[in-house]
Amino acid sequence: MKTDRILLDHGSGGKISHSLTLDIMLPAFDNPMLSKLNDGAILNIGGKKFAFSTDTYTVDPVFFPGGNIGELAIYGTVNDIAMCGGSPLYLSVGLVIEEGFLISDLERIIKSMGAAAEKAGVKVVTGDTKVVPKGAADKIFINTSGIGLIPDNVDVGCDKAVPGDKIILSGTIADHGITVLTQREGMTFTSSIKSDTAPLNRMVEKIFTASKKVHVLRDPTRGGVGTSLSEIAEKSNSGIRIYEKKIPVKNEVKSICELLGFDPLYIANEGKLLAFVSPEDADKVLSAVREDEFGKDACIIGEVVSGHPGKVFLETGIGGIRMVDMLTGEQLPRIC
Amino acid sequence: MTIKHADEYRDPEISRKLVEQIKNLSKKNVRLMEVCGTHTMSIFRNGIRKLIPGTISLLSGPGCPVCVTAQNEIDAFIEISRVPDTIITTFGDLMRVPGNESSLQKERAAGKDIRMVYSTFDAIEIARKNPQKKVVFLGVGFETTAPTVAASILSAREMKIENYFVYSAHKTVPQALCALMKTEGIKIDGFILPGHVSVIIGTRAYLPFFNQYQTPCVVAGFEPSDIMQAVLMLVKQIENKTPGLENAYTRAVSFEGNEKAVGIMNDVFEAADVAWRGIGIIPGSGLKIRNEFSDYDAMKKFEISEKDSKEPRGCACGEILTGLKTPVECPLYKKICTPVDPVGPCMVSSEGTCAAYYKYHSED
Repeated sequence: MKTDRILLDHGSGGKISHSLTLDIMLPAFDNPMLSKLNDGAILNIGGKKFAFSTDTYTVDPVFFPGGNIGELAIYGTVNDIAMCGGSPLYLSVGLVIEEGFLISDLERIIKSMGAAAEKAGVKVVTGDTKVVPKGAADKIFINTSGIGLIPDNVDVGCDKAVPGDKIILSGTIADHGITVLTQREGMTFTSSIKSDTAPLNRMVEKIFTASKKVHVLRDPTRGGVGTSLSEIAEKSNSGIRIYEKKIPVKNEVKSICELLGFDPLYIANEGKLLAFVSPEDADKVLSAVREDEFGKDACIIGEVVSGHPGKVFLETGIGGIRMVDMLTGEQLPRIC
Repeated sequence: MTIKHADEYRDPEISRKLVEQIKNLSKKNVRLMEVCGTHTMSIFRNGIRKLIPGTISLLSGPGCPVCVTAQNEIDAFIEISRVPDTIITTFGDLMRVPGNESSLQKERAAGKDIRMVYSTFDAIEIARKNPQKKVVFLGVGFETTAPTVAASILSAREMKIENYFVYSAHKTVPQALCALMKTEGIKIDGFILPGHVSVIIGTRAYLPFFNQYQTPCVVAGFEPSDIMQAVLMLVKQIENKTPGLENAYTRAVSFEGNEKAVGIMNDVFEAADVAWRGIGIIPGSGLKIRNEFSDYDAMKKFEISEKDSKEPRGCACGEILTGLKTPVECPLYKKICTPVDPVGPCMVSSEGTCAAYYKYHSED
């Protein structure tokens, strides 16, 4: 049974979103820069390499513990550029605002975007604002696009993982998704968890200073660590093995996931990265990540193996083995 | 030692010792069925199948509520969602289950008001805030959720909310076990009985079943060592030829169960003969709303047409639910039936056997 309408699943970042990209987007725009389907495009202009990326934010609620839609929109694009190996430089901001939205809320959002841009060291250089009638959009949606310069010696991509690589995760998982979820109507959790929304470009600079053997960088946002690793395994045609015991999850997050039947491996993060590094440099990179203010809980969660190309396997806490696949349906809509 | 947190039930050392004991004891080839979908997921998520010896096959049973919901019930839900001025409230898993020509998810995309709720009380709240609309809660589940649905009807009456209705497609577990044993071709040497359901109904609810069939039964919790403990107890019973009805989840399950919850459930519902997907009509295995509460019964409030609903062709959900087949033996599995475009409910529900296989199982 096929569908003739867009379903929420199409925005999940998982398999069904992927098929939308492949079936509708790629044929229309087909070009070698897009078809890599990385977080952003890599462009060669005048002998220099640039990373160019765009993202749209619809998170509900607009304000949540640990951040708001504006901060998220700045850091999200900054991080996408950083994951391409680029140093983010300039951003654009597009706003779609619903009639009746409080100006004081808009000010709060824009102010925090300014502060976020400063923290990440980027400049917002162009923008656009549209207002739509009440009900035609929900409160506020934000698009950001940005460009960054990729240093000459940097060459990272989701298809570049090789057997032996160690996989570094920069901290606890599922904080953002679970925080936003607990703020929704109908949820009566009181918890101290907050979103991990953060810029990762400084951390990436530290990683490149520590090692020239970084192969993959990825921020596991929608679809979580599980979906990101599956994509990397597939694109690199390599096997990945990770260890449940080594993946840091806050106790509170773990409990809420269990209560609601969510797997933290598939819950969104907004301030974490995965780095695939040659084994000889793994410890150096791990130290570099831990030096960053957003990487204190970093650890090595697994490695790339020569067996089972294209697939991710997880050793469970009790020593069993299971497969980790891409997210297949929408677990939580409007999380970013 | 007081065990305060579930982590201790995930201790690899305890699991390793249990696996060792199972290996030492297990001689015969046995087929054990975990009845409950939450057990199925825990078994897969923890990789338990790869830890236990090859003599033991774990089969998944009919304990995923969405999976056993009959096709004509799914079609009835979709029909109600199309009635003007109606709000459908449901737990998330039902959204994707394909009916004969649509699903709730597709109806929502087409503009019908269908809302996911986390509790029946959210549904009542929606009814209270929308007095001009008819708010229908789709009651799908076992004895675990049926008492809270019953309580919501009692609350609605107390609060004088007249626009709240329940479609009760609830089912009860002990009757299904009897039906399974009567199904032709089925060979089950022991049952891992559900934990949550047993918290409500107590181990005593399984006595009639056990007395009739003398099949080894152990009630289990959901942590890996709970499940392995149950497997060990079942293997012991089978190897020693001493079938029993045992409880490996004493920290939560008693002989009597939760009498208050059962009381509320029985006040509002009465047993009915209902159809289970893939199994057919099982006498006394459903919970229909008593006449006294018919004002809240969606089946009576809405005129639902007689349906000749057919289960999708080629779909082996029925055989999978009864342990006759595994998902990999279904001709549609992974070919045309995937979680993105599911054919049968076992691929939809987060507790479905096919979804568990798809997500966690690799033929490698």
